[in-house]
Amino acid sequence: MGKAKSQTMAERGNAVANVFKNIAVTFKEGDWKTRVSYLIMGFGELLRGQWLKGIALMLCEAGFIAYMISVGRKYLPKITTLGTEVTKKVSRKTVYGDNSFLILLFGLLSIFVVLAFIVLWYVNICENREEEKLLKEGKKLPTNQKVFLSLFDSNFDKTLLAIPVIGIFVFTVLPIVFMICVAFTNYDKNHQAPTNLFTWVGFENFKNLVTFGSSGFGTTFFKVLGWTLVWAFFATFIDYFLGMAVAMLINKKDIKFKKLWRTILVVTIAVPQFVSLLYVMKMFANDGLINGYLLKWGWIKQAIPFWTNPMLARITIIVVNIWIGIPYMMLIATGLLMNIPEDLYESAKIDGANGWQMFRSITLPYMLFVTGPFLLTQFTGNLNNFNVIYLLTQGQPQSMKLVEKAGSTDLLVTWLYKMTVNNTNYRMAAVIGIMVFVVTAVVSVIVYNMLPSVKDEEGFQ
Amino acid sequence: MKTKKKIGNAITYIVLIIISIIWLFPFFGLIMQSFRSYDPAVEYGGMVDYIIPKHFSLDNYRFLFSGETNFLVWYKNTIILAVFISALQTVMVLCVSYALSRMRFKGRTFLMRFWLILGMFPGFLTMICLYFLLKEFGLTQSGAIPGLILVSVASSGMGYYVCKGFFDTIPKALDEAARIDGASRARIFLTMIIPMSKPIIIYTALVAFMAPWCDYVFASYIAFGHDMSYNVAVAMTRWVWTNDYQGYFTRFCAGGILIAVPVTILFMCLQRYYVEGVTGGAVKG
Repeated sequence: MGKAKSQTMAERGNAVANVFKNIAVTFKEGDWKTRVSYLIMGFGELLRGQWLKGIALMLCEAGFIAYMISVGRKYLPKITTLGTEVTKKVSRKTVYGDNSFLILLFGLLSIFVVLAFIVLWYVNICENREEEKLLKEGKKLPTNQKVFLSLFDSNFDKTLLAIPVIGIFVFTVLPIVFMICVAFTNYDKNHQAPTNLFTWVGFENFKNLVTFGSSGFGTTFFKVLGWTLVWAFFATFIDYFLGMAVAMLINKKDIKFKKLWRTILVVTIAVPQFVSLLYVMKMFANDGLINGYLLKWGWIKQAIPFWTNPMLARITIIVVNIWIGIPYMMLIATGLLMNIPEDLYESAKIDGANGWQMFRSITLPYMLFVTGPFLLTQFTGNLNNFNVIYLLTQGQPQSMKLVEKAGSTDLLVTWLYKMTVNNTNYRMAAVIGIMVFVVTAVVSVIVYNMLPSVKDEEGFQ
Repeated sequence: MKTKKKIGNAITYIVLIIISIIWLFPFFGLIMQSFRSYDPAVEYGGMVDYIIPKHFSLDNYRFLFSGETNFLVWYKNTIILAVFISALQTVMVLCVSYALSRMRFKGRTFLMRFWLILGMFPGFLTMICLYFLLKEFGLTQSGAIPGLILVSVASSGMGYYVCKGFFDTIPKALDEAARIDGASRARIFLTMIIPMSKPIIIYTALVAFMAPWCDYVFASYIAFGHDMSYNVAVAMTRWVWTNDYQGYFTRFCAGGILIAVPVTILFMCLQRYYVEGVTGGAVKG
């Protein structure tokens, strides 16, 4: 293992060295067209008749220069301080100073643009070298038409992936990198752009996260984290086993109307969750239907505080989640259970096995094997199950002992949401977001390596 | 032996009937309460402790269509969102899945691993940044609908797993045969793979179509108090959380019914494809 690692490291080092060697050698051996291309991208290609590639590269360079002059120049140099000029009031006019938010956002964007440009510049050099080599060998360069058509054949992957990759970059990668950076700044309600500046503070926010005591986030964070893990565990496994049980009931040989039973359960998936969950939330409310009937029938004297008692709220949420989760699991299990060969059960019956034994030694191992990856995604999905928690309780009941309005049923993500929307405490929200990532990643890595389907079927494709 | 089996079956039926009642009860309640009047002269419109209304009335439905609220606007918004997101997202997912399933290019495994890691970050983390990004282009508040479409579609390429899994099951020999006949990759994709992928296309489109009906968090953040750009989830949730107990609860029930019925019917019609997609996705992970 260690040897392999050092080998790949060495390979990577070699690759980097190769890049630099390539750049130098191409410059030394290249003709003047290639050398000019070091400054004006696409120049060599254009002169050799590859005008499609040449113009595309030139346009990229022009775009890059235009971007750097109009946007990059304004924001990139300030990224180390995130702005120094405060917005002031001069007589009665507001004179806007630096906007830390925009500086950070466009500063990061500029860094990415520069990196992309360097890659493109290198591609341009390699292109020149290739072309020169082909010409020296007396071969012809591909026609422009061929180059264009290759975008729909051998280079079709680039055509297909261009828009998705750009979309993901702008709307996922950039914002995530931005928020990771925010975790190292003091961006909160006292440092809101554009009126106030915020700046880098290093690891202060992370220190705050593990500080216990009245001002620190430590106690609250570990309480919320604990409940998040407990919730994800119960929500995943209770639903998994109950869903499987229901599927087995419906799959039983002599049961009629199989389709009807399944359809009834599937209604919960079909109805938009906010309708069903909000209704169920009101059903369990202190003045809701369930308490109403129980009071009317005289079974209880006082309304059961389903949502206001911390422990009871947690149990109710898990129970309601069973209502949501069983149909989904039932659908998946139904198909899989039918895949188990019937003769396995027959021979087990001849050996005198009862139902429970058959379940334990045939059904369960098979199901766990096949649905391992699904269980993992369910678990990580439940760690971040915003809708169920937020629509049912919004994380309440609130507790005075917890900071930042965290409640007893808050998951890390709902807490993060509250911090963002209600308290605009972005710095800590970003830290919590990173923690959610860490928890998800750690759980995924550990469980993934434990999965039987990963261990046994390495070569399965 | 036979009587034992019969008893077993009887118990199963009883359990199934109890389950059915539990599962349908909230929807039964929702329907019943939507017919309760909010007019204090007739009946109370807030929370009550009985399920069957004393007087059936269409007051709530009349209210939704009366123009006193923007319910029709919200409904229209959601339909626009759902249709556009469903169509565009399907195209994105198909493109990504085909490229990752069929083509072998430099950085392919890196891309897949990178996206897998990206997926582990909570979505709300990006919310603030996206809000300001959209604001720069005027796509918040009154422009929230195109903004929401843009955001939901842009990153949808990451959800390629189920679809790629399906493409992986289509034999590669088919592609190769067509390529020997001189068909380009694009041609194979458009005229061979896509017609063969009807179930997975319907599954992808259906899942994408359902999502905007439940999107509360992001939609409310981007529309931010601009009533005309709410979707139904945001508007109805606000009704439930309002302190105006006299009325809005039954109105929410009626609105919920109007939203749930068409979506549920659509889902039930396409249920077969949904089950196929979900089961396939669960096994391949």
